[in-house]
Amino acid sequence: MKNDVFWRYMTLMPAVVLFLALTIVPMINLFALSFHHIEWIERAAVWKSVGWSNYAAAFEDNLFRAGAVNTVIFAVVAVSIQMVLGFMLALLTTGVTRGRLFYRTVFLLPILVPGIIIGAIWKLMYSYDFGVINKTAIFLGMSPQDWLGNPHLALASVILVDVWHWTPFCFLLLLAALESLPQDIYEAARIDGSSPWQALRFITLPLMLPAIAVTFIFRMILALKVFDEVYLLTGGGPGTSTEVVSFTIYRRFFTEDRPGYGAAISIITFATVAILIFVAGRISRRRKVA
Amino acid sequence: MHSDSATSTFARHAVLSLSALIVIFPFLWIVAAGFKNQIDLLLGKFLFVPTWRNFEAIFNSTSDFARNFLNSIIVASTSMVLVLIVATLASYSLYRMRWPSWVLHSLLAWSVVFHMVPPITLAGAWFTMFRSLGLDNTLSGIILAHTTLNLPMALWMMGVFIRDVPNELVDAASMDGARTPQILRHVVLPIVRPGLAATGILSFIFSWNEFPVVLTLAQRQTATVPIGIGKYAQENTVAFTEMAAASTLSMLPAFLLLLIAQRFIVRGLTSGAVK
Repeated sequence: MKNDVFWRYMTLMPAVVLFLALTIVPMINLFALSFHHIEWIERAAVWKSVGWSNYAAAFEDNLFRAGAVNTVIFAVVAVSIQMVLGFMLALLTTGVTRGRLFYRTVFLLPILVPGIIIGAIWKLMYSYDFGVINKTAIFLGMSPQDWLGNPHLALASVILVDVWHWTPFCFLLLLAALESLPQDIYEAARIDGSSPWQALRFITLPLMLPAIAVTFIFRMILALKVFDEVYLLTGGGPGTSTEVVSFTIYRRFFTEDRPGYGAAISIITFATVAILIFVAGRISRRRKVA
Repeated sequence: MHSDSATSTFARHAVLSLSALIVIFPFLWIVAAGFKNQIDLLLGKFLFVPTWRNFEAIFNSTSDFARNFLNSIIVASTSMVLVLIVATLASYSLYRMRWPSWVLHSLLAWSVVFHMVPPITLAGAWFTMFRSLGLDNTLSGIILAHTTLNLPMALWMMGVFIRDVPNELVDAASMDGARTPQILRHVVLPIVRPGLAATGILSFIFSWNEFPVVLTLAQRQTATVPIGIGKYAQENTVAFTEMAAASTLSMLPAFLLLLIAQRFIVRGLTSGAVK
């Protein structure tokens, strides 16, 4: 029994140590950093206390504000389109058994390929001079566009890439959920004379609600982290039209070498996401009770 | 719900094939671009004479790509092994060794929160910490960071599989006098092997793909594949066809794992999303 207690601690220890050393301690460090101004002398950091001024600066920072606004627009628009498209595709193709392995392989591909490659592919395809999109536009008699260089188009172009990237994921998850619904309810509804539209509205949608919610939340979380594609496609530009939060943090902290300020906006971002998770958790729990 | 008429089946296949085509076209286009001469790409030629030039160029002595590739293999496989060990031990401990429930819940809650915030928020802290420890610009630092990043996913995936191990088997083994290490090796590991495969494949791929953290922690000698690709795009005279060739090679692990281990990937992705 004593032996049991020993192994109980030994088996959990690596995970606890890793979390402590690489998430908790850095978080505390980051919090402390956010009240300081840092200078590097040799390889040692010299900390100078500046109180709340880093936080005050964050609220005056136009780039950070643009990043926050764009991240929210990006996440809400892209994920909504993905959910609607994915759900429609799932409805249209449920029950197809032939070629299932092939289709699933194809639809999994964008999920597994590095985000930076997705960016590289689309950067080439969006190219003003030789990209396949403008070539097609010209072929169809339309005028070519500067998809990534035009401030009015750039965010929409980035959203389009994300829709292409993640609709297959929403489709696969929703299809799996759709096909696990009990079929006898539909049979009963049909005998009672309900139309396909009524079946969708009163049977499929309510039953699918948990799966839809899970897929939506999962995608939102990933969308709020967006970095790779933006880094490669536009670098946040032109101007601030595709600036996103992760990119602002990267820029302030590393490119401009302002660790104290970068830490402050990291803490603000972290806190915002944590509050969102908490609220989402509370809402979903209340729904379950009701 | 299922109307099995021939036209409806045809329509379903038409919708699916069209979607599959839209998904796969950009991949085909970039692979083709990797085999083109720059002039063929710029002219948008549909027919072209394939060339190995770009692949030779990205592996010649002035290019860092071979180094990037090797670094990626080291980082992804080492962090995969580490995360599997840590997560399997921890899941077994949490679900099978009677911890008070607050331990289980606080650990899982923290791993969820950590998994959801953008990794770049911690990258700054890791950078300063690693720099003072002399771990900046080392593969070990990147491996540690990736192990931590993938730990939440590995914890709840392995948790799902370890909870499925029948209690009777573990109890029977401990009646026979087996101690925890023996139970783990001889009873638990053989049963959770599919879980290890699914978790391992996904953590390898996520580490291979990870960009922002490596961008902040690595320099030239320790850069991984995504950094190499990012560099191509930032140079003033972008070598488009070389970038395409490098991108093609970078997708190989995803292609290969998808072909040989699709069922594990599906299981992993869905269990990760449902939790």
